[in-house]
Amino acid sequence: MRNQTTTLQLGDPMVKSCLLCGVGGQGTVLASRIIAAAAMDNGLSAKTAETIGMAQRGGSVVSHVRIGKSVASPMIPMGGADVLLGFEPGEAAASLPYLKAGGTLIVCRQEVTPVTAALGISGYRGGDCLDYLLEQVPKCYIIDGEEICKACGSPKVLNVAFVGALCASGQMDLTLEDAQRALRARMKPQLLDMNFKALELGAAAITRAGK
Amino acid sequence: MGNEAIAAGALAAGVQVVAGYPGTPSSEVLETIAKRNPGGVHVEWSVNEKAGAEVAAGAAYSGARSMVTMKQMGLNVASDPIMCVNYIGVKGGMVIYVADDPGPISSQTEQDTRHFGKYARIPVFDCDSPEQAFQAVQDAFAFSEAHGTPVILRSTTRVCHACANVDVPEIKPPAPAEGFVKDSKWVIFPGLSYRNKQKLVSREKEFAAEFSSYQGNTLEGSGPIGIACGGISYAYVKEALSILEAQDAGISRRFTVLKIATPYPFPNQLADAFLDGVEQAVVFEELDPYIEDALIYEQGRRGKSGQVTIEGKRTQTVPAAGELTVATVTDILRQLVFVAQDAPTAAADAPAGSDGASAGSGDAPVEPGHAPTDKAAAGPDLPVRPPVLCAGCPHRGSFYAVKAAVSKALPSGQAVYHGDIGCYTLGNAAPLNMVDTCLCMGAGITMAQGMNHADKNTLNFAFVGDSTFFASGITGTVNAVYNQADMILCVLDNSTTAMTGHQPHPGMGITMMGKKVDPVDIVKVLEGIGVPWIRVVDPLDLEASVNTVTEAIGQSGVRAIIFKSPCIALFKPSRVCSVDPDSCIGCRRCIREIGCPALSPDSSGKAVIDPALCTGCGLCGQLCPVSCIGTDRPGAGKEVSR
Repeated sequence: MRNQTTTLQLGDPMVKSCLLCGVGGQGTVLASRIIAAAAMDNGLSAKTAETIGMAQRGGSVVSHVRIGKSVASPMIPMGGADVLLGFEPGEAAASLPYLKAGGTLIVCRQEVTPVTAALGISGYRGGDCLDYLLEQVPKCYIIDGEEICKACGSPKVLNVAFVGALCASGQMDLTLEDAQRALRARMKPQLLDMNFKALELGAAAITRAGK
Repeated sequence: MGNEAIAAGALAAGVQVVAGYPGTPSSEVLETIAKRNPGGVHVEWSVNEKAGAEVAAGAAYSGARSMVTMKQMGLNVASDPIMCVNYIGVKGGMVIYVADDPGPISSQTEQDTRHFGKYARIPVFDCDSPEQAFQAVQDAFAFSEAHGTPVILRSTTRVCHACANVDVPEIKPPAPAEGFVKDSKWVIFPGLSYRNKQKLVSREKEFAAEFSSYQGNTLEGSGPIGIACGGISYAYVKEALSILEAQDAGISRRFTVLKIATPYPFPNQLADAFLDGVEQAVVFEELDPYIEDALIYEQGRRGKSGQVTIEGKRTQTVPAAGELTVATVTDILRQLVFVAQDAPTAAADAPAGSDGASAGSGDAPVEPGHAPTDKAAAGPDLPVRPPVLCAGCPHRGSFYAVKAAVSKALPSGQAVYHGDIGCYTLGNAAPLNMVDTCLCMGAGITMAQGMNHADKNTLNFAFVGDSTFFASGITGTVNAVYNQADMILCVLDNSTTAMTGHQPHPGMGITMMGKKVDPVDIVKVLEGIGVPWIRVVDPLDLEASVNTVTEAIGQSGVRAIIFKSPCIALFKPSRVCSVDPDSCIGCRRCIREIGCPALSPDSSGKAVIDPALCTGCGLCGQLCPVSCIGTDRPGAGKEVSR
């Protein structure tokens, strides 16, 4: 008995895509999980794809998050990201080809100096990349990760601040309450206050800039 | 995550014994089974994949459902038992889970397990999404048990590590196995193998027919342009068709899509139906042109006139190596439509999408976004960020100590450094430059011997991690002692399997069942083998380490140094180092010598330490000529408690 030929089903054309990029250790994977979980809690379908393994050791990392009624591929096509979350200016510049024309970029001001640049093998200055991003992307928001982390008392909350900023941007149809719910279900209770603060400070950075 | 879905599917199928060896992108399957163990499931990290496959086979002989997990490189290690259990068969369902790594992203090579299945005549189920993988593993168990054959479940990185919504039923403990029933059929002998080989060949046709109606293999649409695909490429094809449809409504009706979820035995009747219905075909698959070759074979076997052209990797339509991307698939499909419409286009002459894993120049934007070329033309310098040893990684101290001792004791170039597979492969990066060769698990130890036999002027160092030592370093060490090698074995013992995500191993005193056991002591193993000169040193104590290496260089025969200090990811640092900017003379010796990611020069050229990265290991402070880093004395790093 042969399989019947079925009609060709295509994916949801209204899929929203968010690319997170940064340096291994900055917590992009956890951030992408929280975004996806928040969307799933809202009854949507979500797919993510992450860098795990060797590149995690201080290398460049990207996480793809896609949300919609039905999502075919976990990978965002070039020029297909509605939002780019750049945890580091140089990594944001490197991943810029993923951003849609008219898409939103949220980037952290502080650079992470790669060993190759510290050794003088390669040239890299985060400030140049920020200038370039501001010039290239009309909807570009800069968040001061260092300040937020200091205010929250941990260098580890940058990723959650980015989730807050993403919610405030309104680009992925997620609210701060959605993110809080996702965090509450997946995080140790004693860490919640600190992370809720990071969410709010990340969001405030966007609303202050007049989204 | 796809791997978690596979674990849930295996538990739902009643798996009772699960063994494996960690390897990206496969590791999370076994870890998830251990985490969700409903009770009654034996889960173990075996010392290597061969051991794991044999454990799984023994359990399956007893009638239990068993699984062994590994990455594609591990399949080579496990191939000895797998190339025999295929002939013998199993009683309980046995699934060999192999995760392939197109790119490759974290492997030595691209290796296509579908070929291995065909070579071993073991049925292969392929995974194209986490949702489908959850079902595929259950189907694989059922098929294995129904036909008494081990089955390979194959996945790839983008399925293993993709997350999606999967509904998982409540997991119950597995029913007890019937037990082993003695029979001559379990003892491999030439006569038995002759008879069983005939069965292996004859069943191929039967399985192919069964797979032709398997619900995982699908034929969608009825257009004249055929697309054949399998694995994650199916998702890329769907995405590409959505993009084309959005640009040109109705265009997707021109296509027929064949998805192959069981590459071996190839579902030839379904493939026939596909070939009957299309005028031309293109095959999208990562790694090797497996489906493409199967279709070409199928077409030849049919021997009919009016054959369709089959494009793919063989025709250089699809990139030969690296991951596929939606952009590449979209471009190729767009060109096929143009050519089919006889619309002349210059682009059709160029080989499409010559890129692979990189989002490089061949990866044209799907819609006019921020084209990569814009950036290349006018953009600023982008960071060059290869993976590096973490800040505070004890391996940095080990490599630096060997380098420092050798530079004083030996003429330049005389020492050769053989690396191995693990985090410490990253010792190859500047400024350490301490990996001259790297091949496969455990190879450093034995390659060091061969090089010494061929060139007595070299002094060969082999660096091997603790988990790799247990996996495949012990036999090489026996070989060195027995065959009178002259070499220095450096065991980088960080008390974990770090690169793949900190899995326990025999030296750690804990099993995957969470049980405390007596650790296997590397020193005692080396003593038992008969290594005459063994020292243990803390790699974060630079002076002691350099002295130990210098002493080793002065000896002959097999010498072993165990650099023992735990992986920094296993504990919270209790302090950080800092540079006194008033004393720092800006010589950059700390930065230049060890390349720690926590160290960088400030605008005035003085060293600064990133407190978020520093673990307080103190290695940099031991290099500073003016003692301006921290207040800790050399060796203090080891006081950090877990």
